[in-house]
Order: sequence, then C-alpha cells, then structure tokens
Amino acid sequence: MPKPIPVPDALSKPFWDAVNQRRLVLQTCTACNRHQYPPEPACAQCHSAQHLEWQPAKEPVRGRIYGYCVMHDSRLIPLHEDQPFNIAVIKLEEDPELLFLSHLPGTPPDQVPVGATVEIYFEELKLAPGRLIHEWRVVS
Amino acid sequence: MPTKVPNAPESWYRTREGLGIWPHRGKVAAVGVGLSPTARRWDGRPETSVGAWSILALRKAMEDAGVSPDQVDGLVMAQDTATGSPWPPGKPVPEDFLTTFQPTDDPLDGLTRLSAEWILQNTPELTNVKFTMYGPGCMSNAIVVAAQAVGEGLTDTCLVLKGWHNLEGRYYVGQGAAAEDTIAGRAKWTTGWGTVACYPTAMHFEAYCRKYGVTRDMHAPFVVNSRKNGLLFPEGFYAQHRPEPLTVEDYLSARWIAKPASLLDNDLPICVSAAYLFTTPERARDMKQKPVYILNHASDRIKIRSVMPTLEETEECAASNARKLYEGAGITANDLSFEGMYDGFGQFHVFHLEGLGFRGVKRGDALHFFQTDISIEGWNPVSPSGGNIGSGRTRFWHHTDAIQQIQGRAGKRQIWRKAEVGVTGGPFPYGGNFTVWGATPG
Ligand SMILES: [Zn+2]
Repeated sequence: MPKPIPVPDALSKPFWDAVNQRRLVLQTCTACNRHQYPPEPACAQCHSAQHLEWQPAKEPVRGRIYGYCVMHDSRLIPLHEDQPFNIAVIKLEEDPELLFLSHLPGTPPDQVPVGATVEIYFEELKLAPGRLIHEWRVVS
Repeated sequence: MPTKVPNAPESWYRTREGLGIWPHRGKVAAVGVGLSPTARRWDGRPETSVGAWSILALRKAMEDAGVSPDQVDGLVMAQDTATGSPWPPGKPVPEDFLTTFQPTDDPLDGLTRLSAEWILQNTPELTNVKFTMYGPGCMSNAIVVAAQAVGEGLTDTCLVLKGWHNLEGRYYVGQGAAAEDTIAGRAKWTTGWGTVACYPTAMHFEAYCRKYGVTRDMHAPFVVNSRKNGLLFPEGFYAQHRPEPLTVEDYLSARWIAKPASLLDNDLPICVSAAYLFTTPERARDMKQKPVYILNHASDRIKIRSVMPTLEETEECAASNARKLYEGAGITANDLSFEGMYDGFGQFHVFHLEGLGFRGVKRGDALHFFQTDISIEGWNPVSPSGGNIGSGRTRFWHHTDAIQQIQGRAGKRQIWRKAEVGVTGGPFPYGGNFTVWGATPG
C-alpha cells in the first residue's frame, strides 16, 4: 500500500527516528508520569514542556484492537487501489489511553477481531524504501 | 470599518458545568431569518458566489425582521466557507468576480472564504455596524457569539451570518494534505492511514453497535425521516433540486465510505448562505416577527487524549454538554418540545440524542427510539428540520428551523405539538456549540 511519507517536524523527529530504527518511543511527562501520542508541545496535564522526554515503550510492544472501520473511499487517492482495507484503532497495552491507527496487515477486510491482541511491527514505506512506519498485526 | 476583526474571546463560551443560569437568559432574541438559494456547486458567476449569496441572506434577514440596514449595529459571522473544497492552486480568480465586488487584500475573499471586511464593503447600506466578531467555523459558533454580544450590550441589532461554497471536484478527496506523497502536521497521525472525516464517527458507531447489541439498519428510520422533513424545507437543497424521498432500501444499499458509514451517512456539500437577526427583547417589540428567546448556550472543549476520542469519551462529552445546556437555561430534558442537534454525519445524532436524554432516551437506546414515531406529526419530533441529511451540508438548517418552529412559521414542517423550547447545535458530540431557544424569556 503506497502510504504517504510522514514528514517529521522538530517535535516528532525523535519519534520517527526511532521508528526508522524499529523502536517505539513514547513522549512522556516525567512529572506527571504520563505518556502522550501524538506528541504535543507541552504536557496536557501540567501544561509544562519542562519534563517531556522520549522513553522506549515496554517490550514486547503490544496492544488490543478497540474498534475499526473498513475504508472504501479514502481521502488519499493512492490508497484507492487497495480498497477496501481495514483501519483499526489500537489501544496500547502499556497505556490504553494511547490510541494508534493500523491497517492490520494480514487481517482480511471486515474480519477484524475486536479485542484481540496485536503487536507492533515496522513496515517499509513503498514510496520511500528504507523508511519505516509503525503498524500492528494480530498475534496468532 | 474595523481594521482587524477578532475571534470571540474564549471566556465567552460556557464550557463548564456548574456555571448556573446564563446571566442573559431571555434577554436576547432571534427575530429574522434570511436564506439564499442553494446549488450543488458554484457555477462561476459573481452573483452566485458565497459572497453574493451571503449579502442576499443578510438582506433577507433584515427584511424578514422588518429592520432597516441603518438600524443594524453588529455583525457576527464565520470566516470559513467550506472545509473540503479549496480553490485549485494556481487557478486565476475570475476577472468578473473581482470587478463586480470590492476586493480585500485576499482575492479569494467572497469566493472560498468570507471576511467581515468583505461583507461590509460590499453591503454599503450597512452604515452603522460598530461591532464585528468571528464565531469561527459554524453557525453554531456564530450564534453563541452573537447571543453573548447582544447579552453584554455590545450590539443590540446584530446580523449573524454563515456561508458555504462548494467547487468542482471531490470534497476532501485528494485535497490539501491528501494531495501529496508526503504527509505533515497533525494529519500524519491519522489521515496518513487513509482516514476520512467520518472515520471517527463510523468507528464510534461500530463500537456502539457492539456495545449495545444493536444493528446499523435500525438507524435507517432516522435517515428516512430526516430526508422527509428536509423535503418540507422549501429553502433546502433537496426540496429545490432533488425532491425525491429516501427509502430504507436506499439507505441500506448506499455505497460505503468508511463502513459502517455509507454515502448517506455523509452530508452533501452545497452552496448556500444563511443569516439571522438577533436583538434585545425591547427592540424586538417593533419588529415584524415574534421574538425567539435564547435561554442559554454551551460549548464543549473536550481534550482529546490521543489520536481521536473514544466512544466512551464521546458519550460523556455529549452528556456533560446537555447538563450545561439544561443548567444554564433552567430547564430539564422534559421541557424540550423538539431537538435539532447536528446530523452531518448522521450517526452524530445518536450520541447527541442520548446525551440530551431526549424523551428519556438513555445510552444505547437511540436506535430503539428511532423505531418509534419520531415524525413531526408525533409527540417526539426528532430533527424536524431534517438537518444536513434533509437539506444538504450547512450545519444551520436546524437553527433556522428552531427559530421558525417557535415562531410558528415552519410551514409544512411545523411540529404537531406546541413548539415552546428547542435545543440545537453542533457539530460534534465531542465538541461544538449549542443553544437553547424558547417561546418565552424563561
Ligand atoms: Zn505533566
């Protein structure tokens, strides 16, 4: 699937650098002991940027499927050739308040096992060989 | 002429529970309504641009209220005129548009956006406007801002305006952030996976159906009823251009966008403008139409924890919003004669309705409620305007209808029971601006 290439900005560069090294890192406010995904300029709880740092997610990096839709008419025209495809919402096991989107590679469209455990994997971007994006697949 | 028109201050929005009765309850009234014609897309003529049609809507609202332009001293409006239909990069602005109207420093002003400066310099009869402010985004926001402005005495005869444009091309698809091989900004955390605008709502609805053991087909009566009501709205797009009713079969066979959301769960982008005239009850006495009193307004400012709200956050936000609305108006759910909450996407209505507790509907009940009589002829009229489903994407039919229902001039849409108190607003059950309207000051 020709997924668009994420453009890192100053805030998210450490995240994408880690993804390209097949690691998930979480923006963390050490004062609040609170993760944020997507990263924000400040902690949404204490409103300070002073204690924000990047921490590795707990291995193995797993989550659960919270919900999903089956995309039949994406806003991204290059993805139309792969329609229909799943877009699932994953709750991170380590912090279920954090949600990640996933195409659930390997899971047929509309056969999404809601509640199932998934694990992270890093997919090479078709449009940018050598660059990766974080994805999730069902643990069988 | 104002040099820089501000957005409303955040302190004007009633975003918390526990604020008590709105201090201006019953001291602000909507009187006049003005609507432009509708079109599916802009035909390129200056006189059908969003700017031109907005001026037309303003003039009709003044005429409807019986107010002369020099009596108007306020203008509150939204600047945005569409969310998914940008002007094609590099395409020149038609010369006849630029010569017909007095431009501002943005050549697209009046075409794909609308500033207060553009409106005022192209509506020369508005000679006494001293208060201008933006309620960004939707009419729902502009209404809240205008209500607060009149309540605080900053204007006493105020026009409230929202216009919509729609150009050639598919809405959102391949537009803006979706047009590149790369994806930047916040979109890279969501749109990067190919989501569409209805994605969060469709996902919520899928989770909702699982959670409460209900099925999508149970949503059909709401959609069918909404189109039916819309066809009774002479100013609406479907009544004017596609006057065919929808059937349950139409709804269930519509093509998917983001399953479980189909084409008929998404609203149809159109061109149209609406304006209202707000004033004080004292001034309303001299006007042509019966005043509709604003009893309260409330806004949501949900803090989304991650990439999108969950179903549970959505449900709680809608419920909290309703508590704010009732508290500030000094009413309960039992006082509502009708509700006109937003429906574009259609499934929003489920969450709005349950949040309100309209007719005692509790979480998980809305689809069962839709199997009962929700028509305008019944005791429990749901979305009597027909909303966006009934008349096209504007986010304002429900407000227009609420004013007309309470004035008793909703025509064939007039609800059978007496229209005394209504609630309208939107867009999202997880964020928006909402208003309580009453036939009496409360
Ligand atoms: Zn913090």
